[in-house]
Parts: sequence; structure tokens; C-alpha cells
Amino acid sequence: MDQTSHQSAKPGAPSVHRTSAAQGRLKKRYRIEAWFKACGMLAVGLACAALIWLLSSVVGKAVGGMTETYITLPVTFDKAEIDPKGSGDPKVIRGGNFSGLIKTSLRGAFPFIKKRRDKLALYKLTSNGAELELRHRAMNDPSIIGTTQTIRLLASDDVDLYVKGYEGELRTLAHSGTATPVGMSGNVKVRVDANAFQAALEKAKEELRRKADALRQQAQREERAIGVFEGRIKALPDDANPDLRSQYESRITAYKSRRDTLMRNAQEFEKRANTDGGRELLSPSLPSYFVFINGGVIKVETVSPNMIEGQALVPLSSEVPAGATDWQLKVNPTSESGRRIGDKQATWIEVLRANGKVETNFNWRFFTASDSREAETAGIWSSAAGSFWTMLITFFLSFPIGVAAAIYLEQFAPKNRITDFIEVNINNLAAVPSIVFGLLGLAVIIEFIGNDIFGEQLRSTALAGGIVLALMSLPTIIIASRAAIKAVPPSIKEAALGVGASNEQAVFHHVLPLAMPGILTGTIIAMAQALGETAPLLMIGMVAFITEVPTSPLDNASVLPVQIFRWSDFPERAFEMRTAAAILVLLVFLVIMNTIAVLLRKRFERRW
Amino acid sequence: MLILTAFIIAALVVVAQIAGQRRAATLAGDEPQSLHSRPIYHGLKSALWTGLVGFSILIVASVVSRQLIDTQLRASLPTDVQGYADIKKDRLISDAKAVGDGDIVSAPLDEGYKTARDALAQDYLGLKTLREWGISIGTVLASLAALFLTYRGIHRESRARNSSERIIRGGLFVSAGIAILTTIGILFSLLGETIKFFSNVPFYKFLFGTHWSPLSGVFEGVVDENTVGAIPLFAGTFMITGIAMLVAVPIGLMAAVYLSDYASPRVRAWAKPLLEILAGIPTVVYGFFAAITVAPLIRGSGEALGLSVASESALAAGFVMGIMIIPFISSLSDDVINAVPQSLRDGSYGLGATKSETITKVVLPAALPGIVSAVLLGISRAVGETMIVVMAAGQGANLTWNPLEAVTTVTVQIVALITGDTEADTAAGPAFALGFTLLCITLILNMFALRIVQKYRMRYE
Amino acid sequence: MNVVTEQEQIANTMIQAKQQSAETQYKIVSKNVDVFYGNKQALSGVTFNAHANEVTSLIGPSGCGKSTFLRCVNRMNDTIPICRVEGEIWIDGQDIHAPELDVVELRARVGMVFQKPNPFPKSIYENIAYGPRIHGLTKDKSELDELVTVCLKRAGLWGEVKDRLEEPGTGLSGGQQQRLCIARAIATQPDVILMDEPCSALDPIATARIEELMHELRENYTIMIVTHSMAQAQRVSQRTAFFHLGELVEYGETEQVFRNPTDERTESYISGRIG
Repeated sequence: MDQTSHQSAKPGAPSVHRTSAAQGRLKKRYRIEAWFKACGMLAVGLACAALIWLLSSVVGKAVGGMTETYITLPVTFDKAEIDPKGSGDPKVIRGGNFSGLIKTSLRGAFPFIKKRRDKLALYKLTSNGAELELRHRAMNDPSIIGTTQTIRLLASDDVDLYVKGYEGELRTLAHSGTATPVGMSGNVKVRVDANAFQAALEKAKEELRRKADALRQQAQREERAIGVFEGRIKALPDDANPDLRSQYESRITAYKSRRDTLMRNAQEFEKRANTDGGRELLSPSLPSYFVFINGGVIKVETVSPNMIEGQALVPLSSEVPAGATDWQLKVNPTSESGRRIGDKQATWIEVLRANGKVETNFNWRFFTASDSREAETAGIWSSAAGSFWTMLITFFLSFPIGVAAAIYLEQFAPKNRITDFIEVNINNLAAVPSIVFGLLGLAVIIEFIGNDIFGEQLRSTALAGGIVLALMSLPTIIIASRAAIKAVPPSIKEAALGVGASNEQAVFHHVLPLAMPGILTGTIIAMAQALGETAPLLMIGMVAFITEVPTSPLDNASVLPVQIFRWSDFPERAFEMRTAAAILVLLVFLVIMNTIAVLLRKRFERRW
Repeated sequence: MLILTAFIIAALVVVAQIAGQRRAATLAGDEPQSLHSRPIYHGLKSALWTGLVGFSILIVASVVSRQLIDTQLRASLPTDVQGYADIKKDRLISDAKAVGDGDIVSAPLDEGYKTARDALAQDYLGLKTLREWGISIGTVLASLAALFLTYRGIHRESRARNSSERIIRGGLFVSAGIAILTTIGILFSLLGETIKFFSNVPFYKFLFGTHWSPLSGVFEGVVDENTVGAIPLFAGTFMITGIAMLVAVPIGLMAAVYLSDYASPRVRAWAKPLLEILAGIPTVVYGFFAAITVAPLIRGSGEALGLSVASESALAAGFVMGIMIIPFISSLSDDVINAVPQSLRDGSYGLGATKSETITKVVLPAALPGIVSAVLLGISRAVGETMIVVMAAGQGANLTWNPLEAVTTVTVQIVALITGDTEADTAAGPAFALGFTLLCITLILNMFALRIVQKYRMRYE
Repeated sequence: MNVVTEQEQIANTMIQAKQQSAETQYKIVSKNVDVFYGNKQALSGVTFNAHANEVTSLIGPSGCGKSTFLRCVNRMNDTIPICRVEGEIWIDGQDIHAPELDVVELRARVGMVFQKPNPFPKSIYENIAYGPRIHGLTKDKSELDELVTVCLKRAGLWGEVKDRLEEPGTGLSGGQQQRLCIARAIATQPDVILMDEPCSALDPIATARIEELMHELRENYTIMIVTHSMAQAQRVSQRTAFFHLGELVEYGETEQVFRNPTDERTESYISGRIG
């Protein structure tokens, strides 16, 4: 390339940037530009989507935890069970057999339940919490002993879930024809003069087809095995051991017979599935079908187009034929094996529900109760109180010390090695993992300061937790406070010094008040972080199961995030919902704190 | 008792403030300018001295007397137990203390032990009462004396402001020094147990061993050196951190680029607070999200593709940790991208570069040190993160390259060891050794990051 | 479309074509350019034509809008969100605000040198190669090498840096950095070079080097320079435009503007009474 080609074109001649090649390159560059921009948008979109996903997942799960279910039943406060001598002494009443009262009352609601196993299932409808409430009621007002009261009993968590529809909802199916029941309890048949059960039968047939498919797949595996051994026989040299050959052949025969059986069964199933009518079994892995007729409920076990047969979970009042509008066919699309609550219990709940005895209320208990091993009675009050004490300690330690340190470093510290060292130290402390602060708390605060120096048991206390979190928040507060102090122009301090104020007076009277909004903003943000902190508190034993509400920083306590951690470990679905609800409460606190910080910043933000 | 004493001293401080202030005001009478310092400083001086004397004596005396009691108890051990091994003597003393304090005590080893223990407990109770009363009365008296002396010392010419300011300045210095004390505390608390641990286990067995199950094969409180190989933990931490950074770095960086150079002010006004919310969510919430929502989703989709996925897969924990670190990376990168001078961008635009060319060829290379340090800080964050992995990663040490399997991390093992049922003394060794390793890793990463940022700052200022 | 408007359109097109052909003898044509920063007007009604292969100086007291105008010519003002430009600027008979015109291509054709030297934090070689690379002007490494050499030679920097092409451009002295930026600008092969007070940060010797360079470059490029120094304007430019308070007060041949200004304000400025 010679030198002249780089010289600018003479006026009028096209520039190198306007040739068609340049235009082509330009197009390509713009494609890259658009692609790059799209990547940026995608990144922002993904980050926001992650946030929305997280929040919606929490909120979605928390919704179920914000309500609780009650069963309203008449309960007789039997004197013999509670206070046989009529002493009215709370200590005697406390020992009363209140669970017996509830059991009696439940049996009264379902007089037809006779089998022991069924009774045990029945008793599981209510929670232990209901028993505690009865006890409280009787202790507070002994006069109700001997009377019968209509009382809202707290339902167990499984019932709660079922009522809220997490275990499948019962739907009524369209049908026609008059139904004639045969039998009133135990095994009952219902005959209909129309093909009312065709849909249920189809479900059973689908199941047959699935089974047939599974059998065919098994058969195919046998077939492959046959192929393998036939290959081996072929590969055998002519002078091979005849025993081996016959051994292989016998294996093949066995495989063949197994394959044929499998295929026969499959064909049999398919034939049953493909012919109209017939009578099929409804397995527990299929949706549950119920027939509501003459005041009774029948769980469908076998089905044909116009007849079903099954157990009467609630006995019928008569064998009178029922017209098309007088009986119902209902289905729960969730199979019994996929539910925590069986068909029997579900039916009893449905009966109670139909009588208006089941209600779902806002779960105030969640905010006022302490921790519990049972989801329906568990609440966050004790851990919220623990959080309160912990934050109190954290604030009163970290705020003054942090601000004092910031003032010293910004306004008084000489520029020397010690100051530099402190600065480096603070920056490094900000990056130390929180769990290491937990280890510090364990070794220094609990073992050394607590046990060795003061002889106080600090393990699991809000005091120890508060100290650890205070040490953790210190760097954040110091860094934020220094920035706020630095932002106050030196002219203000100079003005104060100019009228004869001492250095300290200038700082405390002029610089500090002006820096305060910034300092408070930083402190609130640090407090919000501390409020959500979990790991260091695990180290100092705040994971204990605390049912007492702590009343001082020296009581054993848990905190909200730790409770969330503990609950999330419980397998029950009801706990999952309460965990999500507790997270929601924590997030609400954090949002409030951060909003205050933002408002403070906006309100007092000053540009010098 | 001692806490009550602390409250009494606090009350004395308030009394000193009010009394001092009153006396100074009375002294001044109608001529307030005749005082060198304003009355409030006279009160302050008195209050500061009262508090300083009271609280320092309380703390020092508590520490010293506690040690004295131990020495005294050891000296007064009955003769028939003098032959006990040291460890048994220690136990005897701590049991005796527990009996004296009314705490729960493990069953005595034998009858001799029991009588010795109960006798010792009596001694202890006596000493304890003596100590508490002694300290309480002593400190309160000392505080009162300080109060009285400073009160007497108030006169018109006294430079109360100067002396109280000196004390305040000292207080400020001590506050700043708490950062150093914390660091020293961390180092000593970790080092103590760590050194003890490495006196039983050679450090190379810990750093390079591949079998981790520290609580199996514990014999008389001493762990088996062949079961404390931490490589599986390092590998697990490394894998989860790697996955997290694969998620966080591209998204965080691209989001920062988009928000600083492309987005309209309105989009910025919306997106930045959203990212801040992401940064403000507690890690325990991320852990819940990982364990309850993400892990089953990954497991489900993996099974749909015919892959076997552990329910506590490294992928789920790493992915969620990545989401957590996105705002961290993006805000730090945003700062450094904004710090690249506009003149460099102008120079590039002036040559006819497109935005993406300017960003990828001029802005990002110029901001590279800052971005590298942001990534290093992000890694240090991920390595030290605890709750997400405790809730969503596995417990079993598993050396694998497959992100669909469960792995465990350093932090998970620390939590498992400390919160587990094992006797605290046995579990502390490996746990603190792991904690020390973790501290070293994060500090090194942090130092590197700060060094890089400092160098980079010098270039543009 | 009805007949009347069609005829009108043809007539319009003819008038436009005539105007354009008249304007093509000028390199840069500016018509009624107004610039606003938010609500504040920075330039109003600037109309003048710059000739090809000449140096045109824009002079005036600070804040008069001369730099703002310069930044309009390659649409650098687009990068400032609150800035709004009205009016027309034509280069080589093409409206630079026309929707079909591409701003990237425009900036490639209209190079710019800034007040403060702003080399990229890369090697000297990479600084020059940046433009040709992004525009795809060279086919291979040897061509690029040669282009870098040519540009450095033209900017009069070759002798000083030929042995240290891999060292960072930020390590050069101020004058060298500015010449590096000029070399970087001509490496993109523009027709027009805009210089925004290119010597304000430099010492007299470096300034002289750059003025000399401008003389040489004038043969091949059209140059527009903003300067604070009237002496410099007289030394380097063929034509001078005097701006005052956002208006173009006077424009003409440099000699005429300085010897015999028609406007009172111009006279006050060049005689040192305002500014």
C-alpha cells in the first residue's frame, strides 16, 4: 500500500467511509451494537426477573400461612373429666382431660364411626392447640364446667391444608339418571339407569393402558435379552461345550415364556381398556370419586358405566331411589396417595363443611404465638421479641462506638501509621465473612467474657447476639459516618473555630449535627443488615427451640431469621407456608427500615 | 449482683453530672462569664471521672478475681484428689463450680470425687459471695470517691472543659481502636483452637487430605488425622462459588454497563432500586428460595431431561448465590465504569466508534482493574456465604466435578460442627481450623482487591 | 397524488438541487443553528460556510458558544442528554441531521481533537490503530502497521516514538499526547478535522509544533479550530468566525476580520476591550 492512498480524497470524490464496502461493514457493526444492547437489557431484565421470581415465590407460599382453619363443635365441659370434686381450683383444672372432651365431641358429630382406626383418624382433625384453648377457657372461667358450649376448635395443619384446597378440591361432575342404592352402610352398590360413570371408568381404563405400556416395555427388555443370548449361541464355535449351548437355550426359553406372559397381560389390559363397558377397579393413585346420595357418601371402589360399588364413608339414610338432581357424583382430582389426608377424613371434613361448621380466619395467632413443633399453633412472637432485644443491644453498642470512631478518624486522628492501620483494619473487617464473627462470639464473648470473666451464661442470649452483630455492623457504620462527616465542608468547622470554639465544640456542635442524617442513613442500613443476619447467631447457640418470650437481653432467645432457618428445615408443607409468612414479616420490617433510610437521605440531602 | 453494681455506677454518673453542673452554676452566681468553663462541662468532668473509675475497676476486678478464685480452688484441692490427672482436676473444679452455681452437673465419677466436689463447691460458694460483695462495694466506693473529689475540685478557674474534652478524645480513640480489638479478637479466637488442632493433625493432612469426616474416629477428644482432609470442602466451595460467579459476573457486569451507558434516566430510576432490593434481602431468604423453589425446579427439569439430580445439588445453591451477588457486582462495576472519564468516551465517539465499541474497547479495558477487584470481592463474598449453602447444599463431603450432585462447603461444615450434638471441645478444633482458613482466603482476596483499586485510582486522580 | 402538488414538488426539487450545487463548493454549510442545554439557549441562528482545504478559526470570549458549535459539526452533542440542536448543518452537500445519515459514519469522516489530550490507556500503537480497526480500514497487520507509521509521521511524532510504540500513550508529554490524538484522528481518514482549543494545555514549543502540523494537514483536510488565542487564529487560519454571546457576529477572511472588522463587538474583542 502506498502512502498516497491514505491521503484524503479531493473534494467531491467519495470518502473511504462512503464506499459500499464501508457501508457493509457499518451494517455489521450496527448488528453487533444492537446485539450488545440487547444483552445489557437482558441482564437487567434477568436481574429484575430473579427478584420478582423470588418475591412471588415467597408471597405465593405465604398466602396459605396467613389464614387458619377452625372446626365449630359443641363441647361439653364434663365435670367428671375436669374437676370431679368441683373445687374450681385452676391447678386441678389444669390437669383435666381436655383432649377427652374434644374426642367425645368429635364422636358426637360422627356417631357412625365405630372402628378404632377410624376413630384415631377422626381425632386427628383437631390440633393440640384446641386442647390448650379449652384448658385456658376452663381455667379462666370455671363456671363453664358442666355446661355445653359451642366452641371453635383449631383444626390440625393437614385439615387446614385440605380446606384451603392444597390437597385438591372436590368438584361436582355432571350426570343424569335415577340412582338406586343397594345397602346403607358398609359395602354399598349404586345402580343408575344411565351411563353416569363413564368418565370415571375412562380414568380406570387409562390406568389400564398405562399398565399395559409398562408391561410392554418390560417385555421389550426380555426380548433384548433373548437377542443377546441368540447372538452368543451364534458366536459359539462348532466345537463348543454342548452344555453351554443348552444352558443358553434354556435361558432363551425362560425369557420367551416371561415375555409371552407379559405380552398376554398387556393385551388383556388393553382389551379391557378398549372394549366399552366392563367393570374396573379405581386404584388409590387415581382421582377419588364419591357418590353423595340419601344423606350418605360412598367412596367409589369399582366402577362400570352404570353402576358403582364402594364403602359408605357416611351411612345412607335409606335405599330409596334418588332422582338425577337428588344425588351427586363428585371427584377430587388429587389422588388419595398424593394427599396427606385420606378419603375418609376428607369426607368428614366435607360433611362438616356442608353444615357450615368449618371456617377459615385470618391467622392472628401467627403474630401472637410463640414457636411450636406444630405448624398450626406456631407463631413468631417469641422470635420477634428476640430480634427486638438483639437489635436494641446492637444499636446501643454499634451506633455510639461507630460514630465516635468515625469522628476520631475524620476529625482528630493524626496522619500516622496507627491511623492508617486502623483504616486498613476497618476495610478488612467489612469483608470478613459473618460466620467468622460467629466464631469470635463463641470463643470470646461466650467462653471468655461470659464464662471466664463474669461467670454469666451468655450462650443463646440476645446480649451475646447483639454484641456479635454490633461488631459486625461497626465497619459499615464507621464507613458511612466517615463519608457523611467528610461531606460537611471544612468552612463550617473553620467558622466555628473562628468564633473561639474548641475543636471538640466545633465538631460536636456544628459538624456532627450536619452529618447526622447521613450517619443515621448508614446506621439504619447496617441495622437492616443485622436484622436479617443468621449465620453468626447459629454459632452462638441462638438456634434453640424457644417457646418463652424473652423479657430481657439475658434470657435465652431466638431471632426471626434463625426461626425462618429452623422452620424451613421442617418437612411439613404447613411449616413451609409459615416460613414464607415469617419471611414476609421480616421483609416488611426491612422495607420499612430501608424506606426510612431513603426518605431521610432525600429529606436532608444537601449539596454544599 | 455485678450487673446491679453496673446500674448503680450508671446512676452515680447521672448524679455527678447534675451535682457538678449545679455547683458550678452556684459558684458563678450572677456572673456566668467568671467561670473558665460552662457549668455543663464541670458536670461532665465529674460524671466522666465517676463512670471511668467505676466501670474500669468493675471490669478489672471481675477478671482478676475470677482468676484468683480458680487459683484458690486449685490450691485448696483436698489431698486425696491431688493425684488426679490435670484433665480430671479441671473437670472437678468446673463441676464444683456448676454445683455451686446450681447448674446441671454430669454424674460424679465415684464417691471420692463426689465428696471432693461438694467440699470444693462449698469453698467456691464462699469465695463467690466474697467476690461479688467485695467487687460491688469496692467499685461503688471508688465511684463515690471520684464523684466527691471532682465535686470538691470545682472552682471558677478550673479548666473543666479542657479536661473533659481530653477524656472524650480518649474515648473517641478507644472507639476507633475497637476495630483493631475486634481483629485481634478474631485472630486470637481462631488461632487458639486452630493451633491446638494442628498440634494433633499435621497441616498438610488437613490441606491436602481428601477424606473428610472429622467426627468419626474421635478417640478421647482427639480427632483422627486421616479423616480431616478438607479438599472435598474446598472443592465444593470452589464449585459453588464458580457457579455463582458464572451467573453473577455476566449479568451484573452487563446490567452495570446497560444502566450506566444505555438506559434512559427513567429506566435507571427504576432498575437501580430494584437491584438494591435484591442486595438487601437476607441470605436466609435466599436459602429458603434455593431449597424450596429452585432446587426442586432444577431437579424436576433435570429428570425431565433424563439426568439424575441430587435434591441438594451444587447447581441450585450456586445459582441462587449468583443471584445474590448480582447487585454486588453490578453496583461495584457501576462505580468504576462511571469513574472512567467522559473524555475517553468522547475520544472514542469522536473517531466514529459505536457505543458498544466504545464500551468494549475503551471503557471496560480502562475500568478493568476495578472490575477485577469487584469480581474478587464477589468471590470473597461467595466463599464466606453461609445460609444459602447451609440450607440448599449438602452435608456430606463429596469430591466430584458434577454440579448436579450434592457437595458441601467450608461454611456448611463449620455450622454443622458447631451446632451439632458433638461435644463442643471435639468439634471446635476442625471448625475453628476451617474458620481460620476461610478468614485467610477472604482476607487475601480482599487485600488484592483493595490493592488493585488503589492503583487504579491513582491513574485517574 | 394530484397534479398541482406533483408540479410543485418537481419545482421544489429543482430549487433544492440548485441550492445544493451552490453549496457543494463549501465543505461545511451551517444554516440557522440553535443549540439549547435544557431551557438555556447556547447558540442562536448561526449561519456560515466553511471552505474546503482551509483552516477556519472560531474565536470569541469564553462561553460564547464556539465549542458548542464545533461539537455540532460531528454531532458530539448527541452524547449530552439535555442538549438539543436545531437548524441545519451540511457537509459535502449532505444534511448531517438527515435521518438516513449515520452518526457513526459522520464521526468517522469528521475527526475531532479535544481540548485536553485524551489518549486511551493503551499503547501508542493501539491508540492509532483503534479507529482503522473499528472501521475495518485495513486488510491485514502489515497494512495497519504502515498506516500507523504514516499517521505518526504526519503528526510529526514518528521520530519521537518510533522505538516505543508499545508503551502506553498516557506516558507521553502533553504536547506529544495531543499530537498522538491528532494522529489518531487522521488514522480514521476523515475529510474534516475539528480541533477544540488543541493547544490550551500545551507550552509554546508544543503549540508551535501543532500549528506547523495544521499547516501541513490543510493540504488534505478541512480544519475547523476553536481557539482562545487571537494570535493563533491569525497564524493558522484562512478564515475566522467571531462568536459573541451565542451569536455569530462576524465571519470572513482572517486578515479582513482582524484588520478591518465590520462589527463593533469584533473590534472591541480583538482590541482587548471585551473577552
